Amino acid sequence: MAEAALKFEPPADPSAETAPPLLAVDNIEVVYNDVILVLRGLSLKVPKGQIVALLGSNGAGKSTTLKAISGLLRTEDGEITRGDVTFLGEKINGIEPDKIVRRGIFQVMEGRRIIADMTCLENLRLGAFTRRDNEVKSDIERVYEYFPRLRERTGLAGYLSGGEQQMLAIGRAIMSRPKLILMDEPSMGLSPLLVKEVFAIIKKLNEELGVTILLVEQNARVALSVADYGYIMEQGKIVLDGTADMLRSNEDVKEFYLGQGGGEERKSFKNLKSFKRRKRWL
Amino acid sequence: MQSQLLLQLIVNGLIIGTLYGVVGMCFVLIYKASQVVNFAQGEFLLIGAWTCWWLLTAWNIPFFWGFLIAVCFMMVFGIVVQMVVLRPLIGEPIISVIMVTIGMSIFFQALMKWMFGTFAQPFPPIFSVDKVNILGLQVQTAYLMSTGVSLAIMAGFAWFFKYSRLGLAMRATAFSQQVAQSLGISVRQVFALSWGISAAVSAVAGVVVGIVNGVSSALSYFGIKVFPAVILGGLDSVFGAVVGGLIMGLLENLAQYFDSQYLKWGNLYEIVPFYALIIILMIKPYGLFGTRDIERV
Repeated sequence: MAEAALKFEPPADPSAETAPPLLAVDNIEVVYNDVILVLRGLSLKVPKGQIVALLGSNGAGKSTTLKAISGLLRTEDGEITRGDVTFLGEKINGIEPDKIVRRGIFQVMEGRRIIADMTCLENLRLGAFTRRDNEVKSDIERVYEYFPRLRERTGLAGYLSGGEQQMLAIGRAIMSRPKLILMDEPSMGLSPLLVKEVFAIIKKLNEELGVTILLVEQNARVALSVADYGYIMEQGKIVLDGTADMLRSNEDVKEFYLGQGGGEERKSFKNLKSFKRRKRWL
Repeated sequence: MQSQLLLQLIVNGLIIGTLYGVVGMCFVLIYKASQVVNFAQGEFLLIGAWTCWWLLTAWNIPFFWGFLIAVCFMMVFGIVVQMVVLRPLIGEPIISVIMVTIGMSIFFQALMKWMFGTFAQPFPPIFSVDKVNILGLQVQTAYLMSTGVSLAIMAGFAWFFKYSRLGLAMRATAFSQQVAQSLGISVRQVFALSWGISAAVSAVAGVVVGIVNGVSSALSYFGIKVFPAVILGGLDSVFGAVVGGLIMGLLENLAQYFDSQYLKWGNLYEIVPFYALIIILMIKPYGLFGTRDIERV
């Protein structure tokens, strides 16, 4: 049906051919509780120094992909049953999550997950848990430069506002000096203004600190505004990928994820639904 | 005369209360870090005390070194117990884990009886003066030492959880194991460490009580006595354990006062903490300082 329209040429990414990507996920299959198949042959690449967005609707398996990379899948009874996750040329699937953090992958989990009964500063110091150097203090200063309002918050982190919690969660990631940050829904529960602010900071981090970011988002518009490259997932598989510009101008992406229908007439919700059903990518 | 007795009992209560507090903290430490209710806590005291006693009497080691070796041994012992006995049980139902700690308690109790006999053994004299007179009150030197050591341990705990890297890691693990792992903390190491610290600190308490009362199986009764104190304070609050310990220590001694003065029942002293436990569970099941989740309003 519509599939022909979706066939993209393989992306012309020169760095992909010359150097191996920082992170490569190769055809992985993830099963929860030994029975529930969530990812069915998912592959993606994250080149060094880029922001890569992973988009898709609820339940597509975006968070599961991130947890498969960071190893946190284990804590939820999930398992990679097939395929490989390669980071810096080494296979990392099956490694304990805390050891993956030591290798330089840090996940900012969905819903922030800051430690509510600790202060802001204690949360930041915990971010640097894997480090043993004595530059932790200067790094805390650097986080405060990115997020000046965290400096004034001396109380428990649980009482911070949603935006501040998200900033703290990102600050905690900076503290561990990762090579790759996996960000799960940084826009969740934030006002549009705050979403803008958070994504501006994400872009800044990528540019100034050179940290590579794999970003999972529901809000495709804002994610594609900062990302270099994007993947779109549906039902445990990548169905579409391309540079951010390509995705932004793709008709189907516009239709489903950016909310800019091509048709002139206003569609009723009912029409939209049936249209969507007909045009599933899978 | 009677007010003198009352004062003496209150001082005793506070002294024994700080000890309850210290053992309570050990109990809470394990519960907080690894969600295990450790019914073998009393046996940690017992084993620590016997080890120290054995080093002192069989090898004639000076008290300070014997004490230090016993504490270090118990640290290793706690870690080994966690690794060998409890690690395979991670993810098993809580009732199985509790049964295992009760089993450990019975096993170590019997092992100690088999190794050292059933009679109470006194420690060799350690202090040149048996009792000191403070403001007209007779206080045993050992108790004085116990209070000093207990306060030092409490200060140490406070520092450890507030400022040290591992202390923060333990709190993070208590908050959420998944979050802790996402920060690069090895949950297994935190579990092992919490058992190690708990056993070592319990050994300190065990030796102190052993010096006062002699070492015997009765020592492990301490682990049961601590239970009401911990419930009163809140099962997951280190600070609550200290407050609970002090309250229980005082309660016991005040009960003894009323018993000896008015009631003449004879053993109110022994049972009052457990009556208190029942009342606490009815009125405030989460204890005085048991944390409720912080909700942002």
